Amino acid sequence: MKQVNIRSAKNLVMTFLMFSATVAVLIPLAIIFIHIAKMGFSSISLDFFTSIPKPTGETGGGMANGIVGSGVLIAMASAIGLPIGIFGAIYLVEYGGGKLSSIIRFAADVLNGIPSIITGMVAYTLIVVPMKGFSALAGAVALALIMIPIVLRTAEEQLKMVPNSLREASLALGVPLWRTTFRVTLRSALKGVATGVLLAIARIAGETAPLLFTALGNMFWSKKLTEPIAAMPLQIFNFAISPYEDWHRLAWAGALVLVMFMFTISLATRYFSRQRN
Amino acid sequence: MGIKLKLEGVNVFFGNNRAVKDVNIDFHANMVTAIIGPSGCGKSTVLRSINRMHDMVPSARVTGKILLDQTDIYEKNADPVSIRRRIGMVFQKPNPFPAMSIYDNVIAGYKLNGRANRQESDEIVEGSLKRVALWDEVKDRLKKSAMELSGGQQQRLCIARTIAVRPEVILMDEPCSALDPIATAKIEELINELKEQYTVAIVTHNMQQAARVSDYTAFLYLGELIEFDRTGKIFTNPEKKHTEDYITGRFG
Repeated sequence: MKQVNIRSAKNLVMTFLMFSATVAVLIPLAIIFIHIAKMGFSSISLDFFTSIPKPTGETGGGMANGIVGSGVLIAMASAIGLPIGIFGAIYLVEYGGGKLSSIIRFAADVLNGIPSIITGMVAYTLIVVPMKGFSALAGAVALALIMIPIVLRTAEEQLKMVPNSLREASLALGVPLWRTTFRVTLRSALKGVATGVLLAIARIAGETAPLLFTALGNMFWSKKLTEPIAAMPLQIFNFAISPYEDWHRLAWAGALVLVMFMFTISLATRYFSRQRN
Repeated sequence: MGIKLKLEGVNVFFGNNRAVKDVNIDFHANMVTAIIGPSGCGKSTVLRSINRMHDMVPSARVTGKILLDQTDIYEKNADPVSIRRRIGMVFQKPNPFPAMSIYDNVIAGYKLNGRANRQESDEIVEGSLKRVALWDEVKDRLKKSAMELSGGQQQRLCIARTIAVRPEVILMDEPCSALDPIATAKIEELINELKEQYTVAIVTHNMQQAARVSDYTAFLYLGELIEFDRTGKIFTNPEKKHTEDYITGRFG
């Protein structure tokens, strides 16, 4: 009887500890969200989305150039990173095998673990220095380098999950491997691959470090991709460390918009991954 | 009746493991040839070598000759894609394309190759489904998902999909092992009709099935061909003691 009591007491304590741990995971998220919402919500106006930052001293202004700049950078990075990541995954799963595959996999994992500031430095050396100037292009390359391993590995996992019987069904009808890959295998894995793509986009949308010495950022509309371009995270960073109250408020608003963007992407990913089953 | 397909000294290796050893089988045109033997004897491996499915497995290697109308399908410049168009395959588990409708599944061989025209497609789909006696069951729901069909219907759909591309040889890898007896009977009846037009090779672990549907039977054991003869002979008066033991259920 005594033993049973001790056991149920232990059970109670441990359950409580685990419950507390769960709550502890949620608290930081809640704090961040509430705090950013409180600070940022009042500064969000139509102006925030439609106008560029005003010169210091003037009140008002927005982050329109940063929002568009982030969009441009994400689109360019995706244009570079997605084909490489997805084609790489196709090669590994459908055509590869052998030693090269494990080398590529290992390289992707290492690349994924490299601090993003270093990725920025690489893009700086490879593009900014030879082209003699900061540019949207350099920023996009830095972000693409972050995207590639994420897309490669998630797409690889998803392609592996496609049952072999489907590939065989197609091949046995005399459909060449490349058509089978695109029209049967990739199509079956599409939702999973899309999830990986969204995760990669969410990741790069918030990256600041790789843009510091590549895209650099500016306070106006960029006209060329070979010139510096504004981006949300860069603008938040610059405004937050500035001494002006008005810019601080814009930084909070920017943070809120960015967090909402991530939140939307997370919801979309959940939607895609649930659809599959 | 000529010999449509001829296996000459075929070996299949997976890495260093020799799964099929010096197998010789003649597949007569417009006849059904059954390959029987206990699990793991290499019967599916033999079948899959006939439409070069082993190409997809990096460690697999096929040696010897497989002659389709006297041309070796493993010749250096033989094209596996066009070979698979001439030698279709039906698999153990029905494998319709889950994202496609019944209609699209039948026409998949054309559609996936990007050469399907509307009117021709309608004819091919109707003809193929009628051929496998599925038309009356599905004609009102051709646009519905193929996954709504029962297992037996799915397997007949897969056969329709295979004959839609007009192959010359049809390989069947235990096509009834996932089906109930009624669905099995329907497929067997279908096999009997198919041989009017096609050369059929069927792998089965069900000896009664081999006896019922085939004209010739090959008995494989541990990767070796033990005996190959007319089905009647194999099941009533086999040459080898080994075959007799297997057929009478003394092992396997």
